[in-house]
Amino acid sequence: MTVTTKGPLSPRGQMSSRPYDVAVVGAGVVGAAIARELARHPHLRIALVEASGDVGDGTSKANTAILHTGFDAVPGSLESRLVGEGQRLLAAYAAESGIPVEPVGALLVAWDDAQLDALPGLLEKAGRNGYGAARIIDADETRAREPHLGPGALGALDVPGESIICPWTTTLAYATQAVRSGVDLHLNTRVETVSPEGGDHLLATSRGALRARFLVNAAGLNADVLDRLVLGRGDFTVTPRRGQLIVFDELARDLVRHILLPVPTALGKGVLVAPTVYGNVLLGPTAEDLDDKAATGTTADGLDGLLSKGRRILPALVDEEVTAVYAGLRAATEHDDYRIRCHEERRYVTVGGIRSTGLTASMAIAAYVAGLIAEADPGLDLKEPVEPAPVHMPNLGEAFPRPYQRADLIATDPAYGTIVCHCERVTRGEIRDALISTIPPASLEGLRRRTRARGGRCQGFYCGAAVRALHEGRGE
Amino acid sequence: MRAAMTRRQRSVDVVVVGAGPAGLAAARGLAGHGVGVVEVLEREAVAGGVPRHCHHRGFGRWGVTGPQYAARVVEAALGSGARVRTGVTATGWAGPLTLETTGPHGLERIAARAVVLATGARERPRSARLVPGTRPAGVLTTGELQQAVHLYGQRVGTRAVVVGAEPVGYAALSALRRAGVTVAALTTEEPRHQLGLAWAAAARLGHGVPVLTGATVAELLGGGRVSGVRLRHRDGRLTTVDCDTVVFTGDFVPDHELARRGGVALDPGTRGPAVDGAFRTGAEGVFAVGNVLHAVEPALWAAREGALAADAVRGFLDGSGPAAGGPAIEVAAPLRWVAPNRAVPQVPVEGFVLRTSEALTRPVLVVTQDGRRLHRQYVPRRALPHRTLRLAGRWTGKVDAAGGPVRITVSGLGGGIFGAAAK
Repeated sequence: MTVTTKGPLSPRGQMSSRPYDVAVVGAGVVGAAIARELARHPHLRIALVEASGDVGDGTSKANTAILHTGFDAVPGSLESRLVGEGQRLLAAYAAESGIPVEPVGALLVAWDDAQLDALPGLLEKAGRNGYGAARIIDADETRAREPHLGPGALGALDVPGESIICPWTTTLAYATQAVRSGVDLHLNTRVETVSPEGGDHLLATSRGALRARFLVNAAGLNADVLDRLVLGRGDFTVTPRRGQLIVFDELARDLVRHILLPVPTALGKGVLVAPTVYGNVLLGPTAEDLDDKAATGTTADGLDGLLSKGRRILPALVDEEVTAVYAGLRAATEHDDYRIRCHEERRYVTVGGIRSTGLTASMAIAAYVAGLIAEADPGLDLKEPVEPAPVHMPNLGEAFPRPYQRADLIATDPAYGTIVCHCERVTRGEIRDALISTIPPASLEGLRRRTRARGGRCQGFYCGAAVRALHEGRGE
Repeated sequence: MRAAMTRRQRSVDVVVVGAGPAGLAAARGLAGHGVGVVEVLEREAVAGGVPRHCHHRGFGRWGVTGPQYAARVVEAALGSGARVRTGVTATGWAGPLTLETTGPHGLERIAARAVVLATGARERPRSARLVPGTRPAGVLTTGELQQAVHLYGQRVGTRAVVVGAEPVGYAALSALRRAGVTVAALTTEEPRHQLGLAWAAAARLGHGVPVLTGATVAELLGGGRVSGVRLRHRDGRLTTVDCDTVVFTGDFVPDHELARRGGVALDPGTRGPAVDGAFRTGAEGVFAVGNVLHAVEPALWAAREGALAADAVRGFLDGSGPAAGGPAIEVAAPLRWVAPNRAVPQVPVEGFVLRTSEALTRPVLVVTQDGRRLHRQYVPRRALPHRTLRLAGRWTGKVDAAGGPVRITVSGLGGGIFGAAAK
């Protein structure tokens, strides 16, 4: 198992080592899924290259954490197809890998006549996307299903198949399984230039050179930049679309039963209110087109806007404590659909324009990309994939027993009965396990995404120093 | 249900949740008077509560420091015969007076004849204050700072901005000084600092720290690590202060999770459990004391409440206590909250604590019920936001138990020699 975080990629004297068969650039949820899929061919030598110090540290860590049905995709689009397939694949994978998923269902609540009039069209679109379980419900049923809704809800489209999922565990499960299956994960490795050399790609990175026969671009926000490095031109431009989100405390969880989605109309799209698998409630996102790919800050206007919209949807919500405010950047392009292009002659695939549905679609995108690679480069011999050894991820979800609730686990190791982070009930055993896991966290933020430690309402008032001490002492 | 079968079931007389000054004083007052088995549950590894990491003096007479005070209250509770169990978390309720716990020795279900909630208070972090900007490392609360410095000896940073000039801001200054951190500024949204003249002078003169009043944190800057804060001043001007550490101080809220999970009614003002003068919550047999009732009062006040609550719990256990029930006590703006916040005529109250949202100069507090005046009190000093404002409790005997809510107002707002001139 190889995870590197520093030092030259090819130590002096080893330059003659065999080049990678495939290099995947970007260890977000899409890149990690692709690496995992390719790792099902054990004869391949695969590199997963990530600019950041952790997997899932860009767009993937800051999305709305929904496992979509794809009911509202553009019918006939690649996105529609991959979201539909990906939803089934990921739901099954999550169940087997311990990724928390809660099938809470969604309601698209109509607050005015224009939104109410839009529901039949959405229902019909769901049908064209192959989703048949949606139906329109009236105001009374809407209120009965969501008793804490604000006044004025006129009806809703009920989409029972929508679920909530843990996006952090998903990316980490893919990457863990990939690394355990032989993929080399190189963190803190920023690709600076790409040039052809002897039929291979020569990647000059912040940690030295890396050669690969086939290159996959899953660089998310920077997919357009990498495209230009490889091809000298690009067929899309990524415009970061900032989504600011507010996370409310777990004591707000009982206020909402479903994912409450906005009804998109010509006047724009509203915000959603959704439970999270950690037992919080999410409000957001905003949608602001920016040109700065590092602008992950929240703004006073953005947060004020969310609160006023949230107050309309679920008035009691805004009286609860806020545990986090954050902003994610979605990799929007000028195109409506995913931009997945294979340049066979260059042995290169671009996976661009993957928006927030990419979490749901990730496994289907990976399978699709593997298919493109198999076709473009028969020499890689991707004919007979094997099943990788399953992974069992630590459970971060409230719908499943957590270590502090498990007498059996505590009996085997008292560290699982020693709660360190009180708001989120994270035990010393879980923190230790994360610190010695296949892909250990590089920072306290990474530790939070693996355990929830410091992620609660106090944000470290009680446990911050203790968690930091465990992190710096690597567990003990 | 499978998990339930593996929970050890136990019964005690009284469970106290939280081994800070209030909880330990309550336990001491119970166990010391022969109330059977009194068990204090403390989720931290060491008992004593927040004073453990308040290294400044001022805990009692003769310049006692927080850790010294914490050690004394723990010793006193143990000496009375109370059990103090550390590393054990009350995670929820299995019934009206039955708690579920997690600890290194396993899961338990503890049934009691009475439960005392002494879960304390915490500072609201940056996120709850909706401070915009990035999410860099190096942003913390005083509580985390004090633990990092005093309990763990961790490195903090080199140059800090302290937000909020409540008294706890001074504790943050002292912890930063201990850690060798330069303080670039102490900022507060209030038009005046809240430190008290002596402390402000000490901050300015003793530490050379500029105190910036009327300044709001408009944005946190920095990628991996915080690089500065952008401040908005009262005239709309924006300035940037470079720093690698930001400490958000004050803005305390009760840690009311266990109370809420147990369906204990909260007071809308304090956001802590609503209690009467006998520290009885709306749930029979469940009492609450200390800073979960009022965020925050000094440790000695919390301990005094714990001792008083012990008497009330004993009264409940032997059936000699007065009947519960009684009208709510409400406050009108600019007052923010009052505690206790239910009035029972038969229950004497030593004193009420209140908070105002704006500075009041020599205010007159008026207590009424259904238009009838119960009490009028002149406060011969300036009342500041975030600082204790006290009201005598001797009027509670005049309350009509069957009447409407009791209201506390500030009389003559806007002028008059007995009125209050806001700001």
